[in-house]
Amino acid sequence: MCETLIDYMKRYRMDKESGKATFAIVQAEDELASIGMALGAGWAGARSMTATSGPGISLMAEFTGLGYYTEVPAVIIDVQRVGPSTGLPTRTAQGDILSTAVLSHGDTRHIMLIPNSAEECYELTMTAFDLAERFQTPVFLMSDLDLGMNTWIADAFKYPDKPLDRGKRLDAETLARIGEWGRYRDVDGDGITYRSVPGDGMPSYFNRGSGHNSGGQYSERADDYKNNVDRLARKFETARLWVPAESVDLNPEAEVGLIAYGSTHWAVVEARDQLRDEAGLKTSYLRLRAFPFTPEVERFIARHKRVYVVEQNRDAQMLSLLKLDVTPAQTGKLRSVRYYTGLPIDARSVSDDVLAQERT
Amino acid sequence: MATETPAAPAAGRKTNRINLEVPLYRGGKSTLCAGCGHNAISERIVEAYFEMGVDPNRVIKLSGIGCSSKSPAYFLGTAHGFNAVHGRMPAVATGAVLANKHLCPIGVSGDGDTGAIGAGHFVHLMRRNIPIIYIVENNGCYGLTKGQMSPTADLGSRLKNGVVADLPPIDLCALAIQLGASFVARSFSGDKKQLASLLRAAIAHRGTVLLDVISPCVTFNDHEGSTKSYAYAKDHDDPLSEMTFVPFFDEITVDYEPGTTQEVTMHDGSRLYLKKIEEGYNARDKVAALGLLHDTAQKGIFATGLLYIEPDRESFTDLLNLVDTPLSMLPEAAVRPSREVLDQIMEQLR
Repeated sequence: MCETLIDYMKRYRMDKESGKATFAIVQAEDELASIGMALGAGWAGARSMTATSGPGISLMAEFTGLGYYTEVPAVIIDVQRVGPSTGLPTRTAQGDILSTAVLSHGDTRHIMLIPNSAEECYELTMTAFDLAERFQTPVFLMSDLDLGMNTWIADAFKYPDKPLDRGKRLDAETLARIGEWGRYRDVDGDGITYRSVPGDGMPSYFNRGSGHNSGGQYSERADDYKNNVDRLARKFETARLWVPAESVDLNPEAEVGLIAYGSTHWAVVEARDQLRDEAGLKTSYLRLRAFPFTPEVERFIARHKRVYVVEQNRDAQMLSLLKLDVTPAQTGKLRSVRYYTGLPIDARSVSDDVLAQERT
Repeated sequence: MATETPAAPAAGRKTNRINLEVPLYRGGKSTLCAGCGHNAISERIVEAYFEMGVDPNRVIKLSGIGCSSKSPAYFLGTAHGFNAVHGRMPAVATGAVLANKHLCPIGVSGDGDTGAIGAGHFVHLMRRNIPIIYIVENNGCYGLTKGQMSPTADLGSRLKNGVVADLPPIDLCALAIQLGASFVARSFSGDKKQLASLLRAAIAHRGTVLLDVISPCVTFNDHEGSTKSYAYAKDHDDPLSEMTFVPFFDEITVDYEPGTTQEVTMHDGSRLYLKKIEEGYNARDKVAALGLLHDTAQKGIFATGLLYIEPDRESFTDLLNLVDTPLSMLPEAAVRPSREVLDQIMEQLR
């Protein structure tokens, strides 16, 4: 992936006048370093990213916690393959969902975007950069091997119609408006604070992974710690309103809902036809595109009697995340369809499993 | 770069060439032990940055985890700082420097942070010749967790609890020279004059500076039997040369008898005069430097001073051919190619 990117960058990201690069690409020594470099660049005010698969994500756990807690943007692309360990490194899965959602020790939550196609890999990567800066945090793009390493047919990508979102950066005007600046002071009540970057002429702060107060100073005080992590939780709630909304296809007559995400989408589209045509089972369909979920997910579950969560891992990882989010009554409606052989999920596996569960 | 014009200093107060006073270069009060070598190093850093007239707004201070890594809070209080995870400050520094190549990074690490958990990142930082001053405050032990042996503890050196180092030490200077760092020096926190000269020269250098400073841990490694104690370092400090550093903004000329002194012109035009103490030592000779480190280590002495310098080695930011504007400050027009470019790419994929 990086080689392709380098080719494009050399062609399209050279300054025309000077012939110099408006980008930097480093082949890091390992994933510990690549995420560290991405965070260093993010802290210093540049947009930065790294791409890896499951084993690399495991190595990035420590730094991801630092990025979350010190609130530094970076984009991490995970082309998921079959784990655990080396697993089946040339086969596909959706097996990093749960561990990435809470990657690192301590209380953490990470924004994940989940594309289902080449078009969405393109669009959601742009969104990931915007969200990383808007929320000042590492953002994960959860692709998979089927999507990331095979050739797909796609419509032509659309040119972005919005400017880049560089998030809440401190400037003279903001400083005058808010009065006293503290790196982690929640001025707007949405959990997102204003940041300065080295060289921008704004007041500095000391970025530290140890306990800190709203001013960014070292603190072990109980109230400082709790206030800060509660604000981080509030920031994550705000993210629900900013992440890409789920794509929903409602059938008003359906009692059964299907939830899927990523490359599983294509099997589900076909499986719905099979269920309708072969068994007369009408279904609605919600495709998740991000974590955290938007309020749309609860509404979708509320409208249906039984909801099947279809995914490519053994342990119903997305279902587990949904259970943490929805009401106990809604949890009772959730059922699981899983496929984990290393091969891309197929429609028949989905429709057979749903029908078998419908009959019991 | 937007920096505020400093107010006119009060009459009689000492200011530097950019009209700033010393207090601006100080940091918070140290929470390290009284007498810790690291505190002396922080003081030298304050002096050197003041004397060289470096704008604190352009400095970034980075560190890992450990006693040493707390010290960036104790100097240049108005500069941005980043206290990273254990051993992985080099990665953060690399990213930050690439984001803004006009920043002046100073990294402070320890012998455990650099030689153990961070060894993998350290070696690659040295290879890349990233423009950074990388200081190792080397006390041969893990002071923050009660003095366990670190990988730079010399063979045979004894801890307070009687444990003797039984594995060969990592010589960080030898490693750095071998890997391509372009300014490698060793010093002792107790040698005020030498450390001050080295730091000022380090600021003038463009490329990776590795400054390994023997910095005794007064609490856990300052006793008889330790090779990183004040007494041992004082007795076994073997300076290579008497250094005179003349910054580019000084007109001073240094006269010397031919053959007695090595003169090095640095990237920014500053000059370094190394009056030889060690017979025939040439600080631009890599093999000689490695030989000297090997020989002195065998004798149990610390060769200090500038061990190796390559003032013109290409730094990583030059190698990557970066535009002059920091990448972090490029406007949207410079980073988002046009609609035509996307159309062109789509056409190619058809």
